[in-house]
Amino acid sequence: MLSRCARGFAVPVLKGVLHPTRATSSIAHTMKVAERIEKTREKALQGGGQKRIDAQHNRGKLTARERLDLLLDRGSFRESDMFAEHTCTDFGMQKEKYPGDSVVTGRGKINGRTVFVFSQDFTVFGGSLSSIHAKKIVKIMKDAMLVGAPVIGLNDSGGARIQEGVDSLAGYADIFQANVLASGCIPQISLIMGPCAGGAVYSPALTDFTFMVRDTSYLFITGPDVVKAVTNEEVTQEELGGAKTHTVTSGVAHGAFDNDVDALMRMRELFNYLPLSNTDSLPIRACDDPWDRDVPSLNTVVPLESTAAYNMKDVVSALVDEGDFFEIMPDYAKNIVVGFARMNGRTVGIVGNNPKFAAGCLDINSSIKGARFVRFCDSFNVPIITLVDVPGFLPGTSQEYGGIIRHGAKLLYAYAEATVPKITIITRKAFGGAYDVMASKHLRGDINYAWPTAEVAVMGAKGAVSILFRNDKANAAKHEEEYTELFSNPFPAAVRGFIDDIIKPSETRKRVCDDLNMLEGKKLTNPWKKHGNIPL
Amino acid sequence: MRLLPKLRLFSALTYTKSCRSVASTHAKSGRPVDEREGKEIYTTIGIDYDEPKFDKILIANRGEIACRVIKTARAMGIKTVAVHSDVDSAALHVRMADEAVCVGPAPTSESYLRADRILQAVKDTGAQAVHPGYGFLSENTKFAAELEKAGAKFVGPNSKAILDMGDKIHSKKIASAAKVNMIPGFDGEIADEDMCVKVSKDIGYPVMIKASAGGGGKGMRIAWNDKEAREGYRLSKQEAASSFGDDRMLVEKFIDNPRHIEMQVLCDKHGNALWLNERECSIQRRNQKVIEEAPSSFVTPEMRKKMGEQAVQLAKAVGYDSAGTVEFLVDSQRNFYFLEMNTRLQVEHPITECITGIDIVQQMLRVSYGHKLPITQNQVPIIGWAFESRVYAEDPYKGFGLPSVGRLSRYVEPHNVEGVRCDSGIVEGSEISIYYDPLICKLVTHGNTREEALNRMSDALDNYVIRGVTHNIPLLRDIVQEKRFRKGDITTKYLPEVYPEGFQGATLNHEEQETLIGLAAALNARKLARANKFLNQTAKQTTVLDGYHMKHSFVAELPVKEGEKGEPKHVEVNFVAGNPNEIEVELDGKKFNIKGDTNLAHPTSKLTINGKEVTTQIVGKRAGEITILYKGTPFKVKVLPEQAVKYLQYMKEKPKVDMSTIVVSPMPGAIKNVSVKVGDMVAEGQELVIMEAMKMQNSLHAGRTAKVKAVNVKVGSTVDEGEVLVELEKI
Repeated sequence: MLSRCARGFAVPVLKGVLHPTRATSSIAHTMKVAERIEKTREKALQGGGQKRIDAQHNRGKLTARERLDLLLDRGSFRESDMFAEHTCTDFGMQKEKYPGDSVVTGRGKINGRTVFVFSQDFTVFGGSLSSIHAKKIVKIMKDAMLVGAPVIGLNDSGGARIQEGVDSLAGYADIFQANVLASGCIPQISLIMGPCAGGAVYSPALTDFTFMVRDTSYLFITGPDVVKAVTNEEVTQEELGGAKTHTVTSGVAHGAFDNDVDALMRMRELFNYLPLSNTDSLPIRACDDPWDRDVPSLNTVVPLESTAAYNMKDVVSALVDEGDFFEIMPDYAKNIVVGFARMNGRTVGIVGNNPKFAAGCLDINSSIKGARFVRFCDSFNVPIITLVDVPGFLPGTSQEYGGIIRHGAKLLYAYAEATVPKITIITRKAFGGAYDVMASKHLRGDINYAWPTAEVAVMGAKGAVSILFRNDKANAAKHEEEYTELFSNPFPAAVRGFIDDIIKPSETRKRVCDDLNMLEGKKLTNPWKKHGNIPL
Repeated sequence: MRLLPKLRLFSALTYTKSCRSVASTHAKSGRPVDEREGKEIYTTIGIDYDEPKFDKILIANRGEIACRVIKTARAMGIKTVAVHSDVDSAALHVRMADEAVCVGPAPTSESYLRADRILQAVKDTGAQAVHPGYGFLSENTKFAAELEKAGAKFVGPNSKAILDMGDKIHSKKIASAAKVNMIPGFDGEIADEDMCVKVSKDIGYPVMIKASAGGGGKGMRIAWNDKEAREGYRLSKQEAASSFGDDRMLVEKFIDNPRHIEMQVLCDKHGNALWLNERECSIQRRNQKVIEEAPSSFVTPEMRKKMGEQAVQLAKAVGYDSAGTVEFLVDSQRNFYFLEMNTRLQVEHPITECITGIDIVQQMLRVSYGHKLPITQNQVPIIGWAFESRVYAEDPYKGFGLPSVGRLSRYVEPHNVEGVRCDSGIVEGSEISIYYDPLICKLVTHGNTREEALNRMSDALDNYVIRGVTHNIPLLRDIVQEKRFRKGDITTKYLPEVYPEGFQGATLNHEEQETLIGLAAALNARKLARANKFLNQTAKQTTVLDGYHMKHSFVAELPVKEGEKGEPKHVEVNFVAGNPNEIEVELDGKKFNIKGDTNLAHPTSKLTINGKEVTTQIVGKRAGEITILYKGTPFKVKVLPEQAVKYLQYMKEKPKVDMSTIVVSPMPGAIKNVSVKVGDMVAEGQELVIMEAMKMQNSLHAGRTAKVKAVNVKVGSTVDEGEVLVELEKI
C-alpha cells in the first residue's frame, strides 16, 4: 500500500518536460527511482527475510512489525527511517544490508493517543545494535520529547553489533542519555520480548516500566556461559534472567505476560491509564461505575481479630471503577500493593500495605517498590491513594545489614516530595515510623481518613507494655488492655487533627471520588532546586 | 486460658438491641413485622397473635438456618437470642437477633457444640426455649435433658424419640415393628473389617457401610467388593469417630438405581400427626443432596398416601412430637424402603413449606409450647411445585463439588425473579471459612407447575451474582436444563450417569456458541469505544475516529474446553447510529442484533439478542479476553484485533506440569495422616496423604509408581487449595 502511494506521487512530476532525449532518460530515471523506492520498502517490510521470520515464529515470537501491528491502533503507524542502513564496512558487512537495519521506529496511536515506538527486529542481524539502530531510536525519543508523548520500546536484540565495535557502544550510551533526559518528562515503557543482554539491559532499567514475556525473554548482564567461566556456577538462561527471576526475585521487571499477543494487549491497557507527559492533564475517561456506589463488602473486609490477615487487593478491587486494577510488580514484595486504577474515570495510583503477606510490614524490597511507584505518579500528575495497614518496619539483622534505613528513607522521601493530590485511608494498623511514611498528614497528605478499625500508635500493645512496664511483668495483661483501650483506635490521631475524619468503609468510594474532584485544582510546588538528593 | 477472659468479656457484652425490637413492631397494628422469606406462601396456617407463645427463644445454630428461625420467631412476636463463635461476631444471624452471646472460638467443638456454654447463655438471657436448627446440637439428647432441667424447652422431639430414631440399629427394629417397609440387611453392629467383609458377602454386594450415628453423607461408603469393604469400613469408622464421637458401624444392602424420597411429618404433644407430602432428593453427590423438589414427579397419589401413612405410623410408634422426616429409598418399581428418620428440621424443609403453605418452624415453636396442630390431614394441600438448589462454595469441576473458601466480594441474590426464596445467612463481604459448612444459600423457586418452577430456577441462577468464591452454580444451572432432569428421570446416581467424566461446564450448541462469541465481541467493542473516549483530552483527538461511529473488526475464539484453543472467527461490530445500547454483530455472514444496557459496570446484563432475552454476567474483561457467565458457566472468549488472526497460530501452548509426579491438595483443609516419607517407593494408586476438609476425609493417591522426592506437609498442618503436598520422582 505504501509503495503504491510512492509511485502515485512520483508520476505527476513527469508532465511538462520539454527536452525529448533528456526527457526519455529523465523518465527512465524517475521510473527507476520510483521502482527502487518500492523495492526498498518491500525489502524493509521483509526484515531479515522469510527464513528468519519463520524461525522467529517457530520460537513462538512475532516479528518486529507484527508486534507494532498489534500494539497500535489499526492504520495509525507512521514509520520513520525505513531507508536507514548501517555504515559498517568491516568483516564484509558492506555486502549485507537491510533497509531500516535491525529496528523499526516511528509513531502511532493507542486508543487514539500518540505514542512513539521502536521495535527491535531479531530477524536482521539478531536485532543487534548498530550505530544507525541507535540513531533511529534516539531520533524518535527526541521527537517524543518535543511533542510530549510516551515511548514504548519492544526489545528483542542479541546485543551489540560486534562488527561495529565501539560505534555500537556509543549507540547504547546515546540511548541511555536520551532515556535519562526523558525520564520524568514522558512515560517510557520497555517490553522485553526476546533476549536483552549486556549493556543493552540498562536502557530498560532506566525506563519507568519493564515488562517481560514468559519463556521467550531474558535479561542479564552476562549470560550463563560467562557465568560458568567466571564463577563456575551452572545456571540456565531462564533461571538467570527469565521472567520469573525478574518479577519474583530481582524486581527488575514490573510484570510478565504469557505470550506476545497477551503482552501487547496488556500494554495498550496500561497506556490507557497514563498521561502523555508531565505537562499533560491526567486522563479522565467516561465512567460506567457510579461514583457514589456504596460498597458494603468493605465494612467487613478487615477481620474482627486485629492480628488476622486480609488481602488489601480485596479493598482495592472493591473501591475502584469496575474493580479494574493494573497491578505493577504483582509478584515482588507482595507486602505492598501498587498499581493503576480509575476512580470515577480518573486515573489514580494505588499504594497499599498488604497484611496478607509478611503482615504488610515495610521492608527493603517493599520500600523500594513503593517509592519508585510514588515517584512515577508524582512525575506525571497522577493522584495517589494510599491504603494503610502497616505494623511497622521489619526488624532484624538481615534488614539492618541490607540497609533498611537507607531504603526505607526512599519511600519516605518519595511521599514527602510528592505534590500530587494525596488521599490516605488508614484501614487498620498505622504504627511507628511506618505511620509517618505512609502519606501521613505530616507529609502533606491532603485528605487523611481512618476507618473505625484504625489504630494509630507508636507500636502495638504488647511491645509498648514490655517497654513502659518492664518492671511490672506480672500485670502485663492488665497494662496491655489499658494500652489497647487508650491507643488501639482512631481517636488519638483524630483529636489531634492527624486524620481528617473517621469514615464508614462502605462510603470510602464516594468520599474519595468527591475528594479527587475537589483536589483537581491543587497547586503545590517544592522549593526550586536542581534536583533533590534522594537516598539511592 | 486465654479464652476465659474473652468469654467473660463477651458475656458482659450480651447486648440488648432495644431499638431493633421497637423497629420490629408495626407502629399501628402493634403486630410484629413479618420478614419471613417468601412469606406470602404461608396460606394454609396464619399466625395467631393472640395465642400464648414463648417470649424469648435462643437459636443454637448459625448461618442460614439461624436466620430462618429468627425470621419466623420475629414474625410471631418472639424475641430472639443468637449464639456465635468469635469469628461470627458480625455474622448476619448475630445482627438479626435481638441479643447475641459469644460462646467461644471458631472451631465448632469449641463453640456451637459446647452445650455447657449455650446452656449458660440460655440462663443468662432468660430464653424460654432453644431451637437447635439442624446439625450441631439438634439431635443431642443430653443437651435436651439439661435444658429441661434448667427449665427451658428444647424445640424438637422428645429425647426418647431422638434416641430411638437416632440410633440406626434401634430405629430399624422400631420401624420394622411399626410395619414400615424395610431393606434387607444385617441388624447389628459390625465389630471389625473381617466381620464387615463376611456380613457384606452374606447380604450380597453392593453394600452400604455406614456409621450408626451418621447422617449427611458423613461416615458412609458403598462397597462393591471385599477390598472396598475393608477400606470403606476403616475410613467411615475414622470419619464417624471425628464427626460424631461414635464409631459404631452398620452394613446393609445397597439398592441399585434408587431414588431418595422422604416424607415430612409434623406431630404435636397430643398424639396428632400429619404428613406434609414428600420431597425427592435424588440429585446427590457423595450422598449429599444438591437439588431437591417437592412433590416428586415419580410418586403417585396412592404411593404418596402409603408412604405418608407409614411415616405417621412410625412417628406415632416412637411418640414423636415435633417436625421430622422419614427417609425412604425407592426402586424403579415404586417399592419404598425405610432408610432412617431424621429427628430435626431438615435443610430442605422450605420446598415443603412452599407446596403446603405451612411454616414448619412456626409449627415447631407452637407444638413445643404445647399447642395442638391446627389442621387435619385432609387440610394439607399440594400447591404447585417447588425446587431447592443448594448453592455451595465449592468447585463443581472437581468431583461435583470440593469445598472452597473465600470472601464474597460481590453478592446479589436474585430477588428480581418471581417465585424466588433465598434462605441464606450471609451478605456481601461475608467470609466462607474452613470452619463451617460451605453453604451459601438455599435457592428455592416455586411455580404453579414443575415446568414453571424449573424455568424460574434457571432464571434465578442466571441472575445470581456471586464473586470471590468458587461456587457450584455452573453445575446447578446445567442440571436444571438437562433433558433427563427435565423429564424427572432421575436416581441417586444421576450425576455420575449424566456426567461420566465429571462436570465440565455447560455444553453449548452451535447457535449458542455463536451467540456467546457475538456477545463477547459486542461487549469488547463497547469497552474499546469507551477507552477511546477521554473527557479532557479532546484537542489530541481531532484526527481520531469516535469509537461508537467506527466499525470494529475482531477475531474471536471460544475455547471448547478451558485451556484449549478454539477456532478463530471473524466478527464485525457496529453501533447503530453510534448508540452504545444498540449493536449489530456480523459473524460468519450471520447477523445478530444486540439491544439493551451494555453498561460494563453492572453485575448482570439483560440483553436482547435477535429478539431473545439473555441474562449474562460479565465476570472479567481483561485486555483481549472477555469472560462471560453464560448458562451458569463462565466462558473465556478471546477477542483480539482482527490482525491477530494471523499471529495466534504462532503462540505456543504453555507446557503443562506433570500432575502424576505431584500430589496437590484439591481443597483447603487439614492434614490428617501422612503415610509416606522421603525415599519411600510407592505404587500407583497408593494412599499417600489423608486430608480433612469440612469434616470429610479424602485420601490422596500416588499418580504413578515412583519414589517419594519430598513431603511438604506434616500431620496437623493446614493447607490451601493447590498446594503441593508430596512430590514424586520417576524411577
